Amino acid sequence: MNCASEQNGLSSQSDASQNARLPSFNVAVTSGTFAAREAIGMLMEKLSPLQLDIEESGTFELVVAEALNNVVEHGYPDPANCGPIKIDCTHKSNGLHVHIVDQGLPMPDGKTPLGLAAEVDVDFMDMPEGGFGWFLIKDLAKDVQYERQGDKNCLRLRVAIAMNATAH
Amino acid sequence: MELSSRTENSFKIVSVQGSRIDAAVAIEFKDAMRAQSDGGPDTVILDLSEVEFIDSSGLGAIVAAMKHIGPDRTLALAGLTPTVDKVFRLTRMDSVFSLFSTLEGALDELRV
Repeated sequence: MNCASEQNGLSSQSDASQNARLPSFNVAVTSGTFAAREAIGMLMEKLSPLQLDIEESGTFELVVAEALNNVVEHGYPDPANCGPIKIDCTHKSNGLHVHIVDQGLPMPDGKTPLGLAAEVDVDFMDMPEGGFGWFLIKDLAKDVQYERQGDKNCLRLRVAIAMNATAH
Repeated sequence: MELSSRTENSFKIVSVQGSRIDAAVAIEFKDAMRAQSDGGPDTVILDLSEVEFIDSSGLGAIVAAMKHIGPDRTLALAGLTPTVDKVFRLTRMDSVFSLFSTLEGALDELRV
């Protein structure tokens, strides 16, 4: 179903179905070892009215975990110097829109890594132990956009799930 | 992050007692795997049936464990739940490891 027909479909339905979209929400955590886990726990609880299946919830969890791991690891690399991470989530007809804001170090060169697939056809001892994170984000999420705004990093992305879901 | 292990049919079976192998526990997991897999049978089966979620750090830790076990021994992975399986497929790590949907399946298949 393309965007236009979905819009038409929605407009012909009652207001009740519009209202059944999950209201926007946000969660905030402080950077650190357990930040991603803590944020995901809160996010999944807030998303529970959508009754996501395991495929959808797994995709969402992975994308958000990798994005938050990146903030913790590279945005706030000094464990003695923690900072805030805020995650906004909006449920729209084309999926869940996620907006992550932190006050850590900017992305190198002002942009996200390309996120190419790690090479696995290599010698045993050269097998990659990292470099999967951005690949997973770019593979699983849509419309990934990064912007440095003043002293803040703003990462926006969309996870194309729960498109026809209503909040229960 | 706790691991339990036993030896069965000349396999070392290491079971993860936890639902997540993520950035919070990846280093701990890597160290625990190292301790469990040193010496012993040539084939180590990592039982992931209790693990519901793994991220890229957890995946990296499993690759590190495989390297530690070495090219002359085998690390097989068993009991992959849907999201864990997804991570291995997307990163093409499913071509690097022997993956089995159940521990019983791994024991049957790997038995010589």
